[in-house]
Amino acid sequence: MAENVTPRVRVPRSAAAGETITIKTLISHPMESGQRKDSDGNPIPRSIINRFTCEFNGETVIDVQLEPAISTNPYFEFESLVPEAGTFVFTWYDDDGSVYTESKDIAIA
Amino acid sequence: MKLTRRATLLMAMGTAAAAVLPFRASAAAEDAIATFTGGATVGAGGLTLTAPEIAENGNTVPISVDAPGAVSIAIFAVGNPTPDVAIFNFGALSGSQSASTRIRLAGTQDVVAVAKMADGSFVKASQEVKVTIGGCGG
Repeated sequence: MAENVTPRVRVPRSAAAGETITIKTLISHPMESGQRKDSDGNPIPRSIINRFTCEFNGETVIDVQLEPAISTNPYFEFESLVPEAGTFVFTWYDDDGSVYTESKDIAIA
Repeated sequence: MKLTRRATLLMAMGTAAAAVLPFRASAAAEDAIATFTGGATVGAGGLTLTAPEIAENGNTVPISVDAPGAVSIAIFAVGNPTPDVAIFNFGALSGSQSASTRIRLAGTQDVVAVAKMADGSFVKASQEVKVTIGGCGG
């Protein structure tokens, strides 16, 4: 099971209405691929984050399907439109059923 | 060297195996790409895949994709045990159809990106990445 999973997100505090902003996200997670073996030669079971979504006021910005080939501590950088002030909600879905969320408010400057 | 019947058979089998093995590796990737495209023909252009030419560590290879007008972009690592890497689906509020992430590569291989455009067509871009240390553990 994944431990100490901490999401980290960087969103600007404010933007002009209709502006495109860059969002960077990182979540600490081992992303165990299921290909590795432990010291006794037994395969280590797969344990990854399989889906990541970003929503703004309920509208989807990006929806990513992750496979074991994504590196440890999955990092994503993407761009979003900001039509109005509101809240970004970031959600990560773990193989073990856990869901990690983080939200960031953005104001219109 | 005298060619016996047994030696000839062994040589024939060895040649056949050598011919089949590299084909197998790319067949898995082709299957994965076909699953994403639904067997549609894949064009070129309109999709930019940025990856390093040489990656010292296959555990974290930074890549980015950019395809203006795409609905979704899938990334495949042709030489990995499982070729699928990620599928980016862009929503109504995406500012641009681009994204960056870090991926694992088992060894030197081609990284392939396939974008599904808004009109339902597909485009492909690929780049070879030379990997010094593979990233799939052992």
